[in-house]
Amino acid sequence: MSAEQDILQELAGRDYEFGFETQIEMEIAPPGLNEEIIRFISAKKQEPEWLLEWRLKGFQLFQKLKMPEWQNFKLPEVDFQSVSYYAAPKNKVKYNSLDEVDPELLRTFEKLGIPLEEQKMLSGVAVDAVFDSISVATTFKAQLHELGIIFCSFGEAVQEHPELVKKYLGTVVPQSDNIYAALNSAVFSDGSFVYIPKGVRCPMELSTYFRINARNTGQFERTLIIADEGSYVSYLEGCTAPMRDENQLHAAVVELIALDNAEIKYSTVQNWYPGDKDGKGGIYNFVTKRGICKGKNSKISWTQVETGSAITWKYPGVILQGDNSIGEFYSVAVTANKQVADTGTKMVHIGKNTKSRIISKGISAGHGHNTYRGLVKVGPNAANARNFTQCDSLLIGDRCGAHTFPYIESKNNSAMVEHEATTSKIGEDQVFYLNQRGIDNEQAVNMIVNGYAKEVLNQLPMEFAVEAQKLLSITLEGSVG
Amino acid sequence: MLNIKNLHAAVEGNAILKGINLNVKAGEVHAIMGPNGSGKSSLASVLAGREAYEVTEGSVDFDGKNLLDMSPEVRAREGLFLAFQYPVEIPGVSNINFLKTAVNEIRAYHGQPPMPAKAFLDMLKAKQKLMEFDANLMNRSLNEGFSGGEKKRNDIFQMAMLEPKLAIMDETDSGLDIDALRVVSAGVNKLRSKDNAFIIITHYQRLLEYIVPDFVHVLYNGRIVKSGTKELALELEEKGYDWLKEDIRLEEPVQ
Repeated sequence: MSAEQDILQELAGRDYEFGFETQIEMEIAPPGLNEEIIRFISAKKQEPEWLLEWRLKGFQLFQKLKMPEWQNFKLPEVDFQSVSYYAAPKNKVKYNSLDEVDPELLRTFEKLGIPLEEQKMLSGVAVDAVFDSISVATTFKAQLHELGIIFCSFGEAVQEHPELVKKYLGTVVPQSDNIYAALNSAVFSDGSFVYIPKGVRCPMELSTYFRINARNTGQFERTLIIADEGSYVSYLEGCTAPMRDENQLHAAVVELIALDNAEIKYSTVQNWYPGDKDGKGGIYNFVTKRGICKGKNSKISWTQVETGSAITWKYPGVILQGDNSIGEFYSVAVTANKQVADTGTKMVHIGKNTKSRIISKGISAGHGHNTYRGLVKVGPNAANARNFTQCDSLLIGDRCGAHTFPYIESKNNSAMVEHEATTSKIGEDQVFYLNQRGIDNEQAVNMIVNGYAKEVLNQLPMEFAVEAQKLLSITLEGSVG
Repeated sequence: MLNIKNLHAAVEGNAILKGINLNVKAGEVHAIMGPNGSGKSSLASVLAGREAYEVTEGSVDFDGKNLLDMSPEVRAREGLFLAFQYPVEIPGVSNINFLKTAVNEIRAYHGQPPMPAKAFLDMLKAKQKLMEFDANLMNRSLNEGFSGGEKKRNDIFQMAMLEPKLAIMDETDSGLDIDALRVVSAGVNKLRSKDNAFIIITHYQRLLEYIVPDFVHVLYNGRIVKSGTKELALELEEKGYDWLKEDIRLEEPVQ
């Protein structure tokens, strides 16, 4: 954390070296989804022919696939033709000083302890000192480069490492997986690419230092992470600061590949704009995330703290193909006001002695609805597969809802699948107990909620965990009278 | 310190307290006894400010301030402490963090800065020793998986840490075995001073052998029907409450 601060400070005092704006010319494609626009995107990015073909195939699938109907919420109509599918990254300046920014937003920044310059970047204020996140990236990139680690934008990976992209792209989340995955594969804007070579343990949490960069990754992100044999990487995605975005629909795809003895830890803090108190204007976050433990003894662990978006719809899963591989899913999902979250995981046991662990903590307040939906599938060859699922719901107030849909399919008699579920209300007794020790309601709820989510928060890297804790309390502010 | 005048309270429209008068001075220990359902625990809840209890009449003065105007947390910060009949479990919240928050909230209310970590830990250790409190319980989640006795002891330990002016102990002795009772009582006796006061609610005279009260009151049907010294407790133990009920029936006009 302090190393980050130091480097950022040092850089903030430096002259502007790399132009952000000049690298990509500003351009916005007209709204509409058709082959032409896909060719346009691909050409803009100077992509090889095979990738264009792949995008076009995705578009064909998108046209054939139907909207799912199994979700536990009312799916809003999305007019795909009214969306613009290409916009060069914008660095829009909306305000001249922080005084013009919504004080509510500033108060949140304050509570999260976000540095002033960063506050300006996030809220779209013109920044005096040039705060060059690209060169921060460059500094760390050199360090990673020495170890042979590739960490770059997806677009860059297509240019520099086409063989790796070609080999793994779409191998975990097929284009035909679901309609949003198909859409993403047709029009994806950019995203991240990570490759950790054999036997290398990535020495830093990837992307901690790129919080600001992540701001512009856009609507249709695509992330691909490959951990080669015996390697380890911890990747952080997202931002605790409230993210506003003009694009209502977000449909990202994340693919993780762990080879023999490799481990990938992927942590997300998602705090997209949830809309106003009536849920108007909030973001729809429809994400497909999946990892494959391809090699033996490999491990993939998903940790997510989901507090934002009007609708969150995601099921980060793990395909446990290699023998003795391990899949984990730790989740805290909060819904307040009119927010909806339908989230959970899929653990698909294919190899022998595979293990999975699911810890899901839903928190509902206001009129929020929180659904856990999980699938544990044990294939015929997955001898001695083990799963443990714990799925808890916490209700605050009496107008919210919690729902649990655990699906279990086992085709192997030696498998052991355990499921535990609890639903509890924040008890008046608990709040009163804390009140009686001098702690007010707001802080009492905060303590109770953080205690409840502790098992998941503990999985996050330290500095992320601290921010996530604050985030939980801010999200639930005012939900208890 | 505490002056209760003609206190009436109701839960969901049912009258529970029907005119309590009680005056507690600094340095005093008052015991409140009475049969089940007489309103003992309700009195504790009303004083601590539990929401379900509606005060319909009367006043409560706490060190010159109107107690009934204060929110529960402000009452606590002003120095009123309730040792619960059933301390609740709060999973995932560490005992030590909870205590630190409580101590600092109370300090902030009195315009003091948060206690430095070292000073807090020193105080914690000193009080653990004083109260014979198991240090292992400090690092666990607040009351989670504690035995009934451990929960009660934790409450009394909190009392030692928060140093209230007035402590109300709501049937703290229930569910304690004789050893735990002795330790808890010894702890309370160590905390007694000329500056603080205790209201001890109990069913049994046994606790009062360890914590000797200055006054004993009998609560019956929402009213204090008899007050006396510690000898009254012995008399109750011997005769039960029925003779008192008889007396009251004779005194009350036929309705």
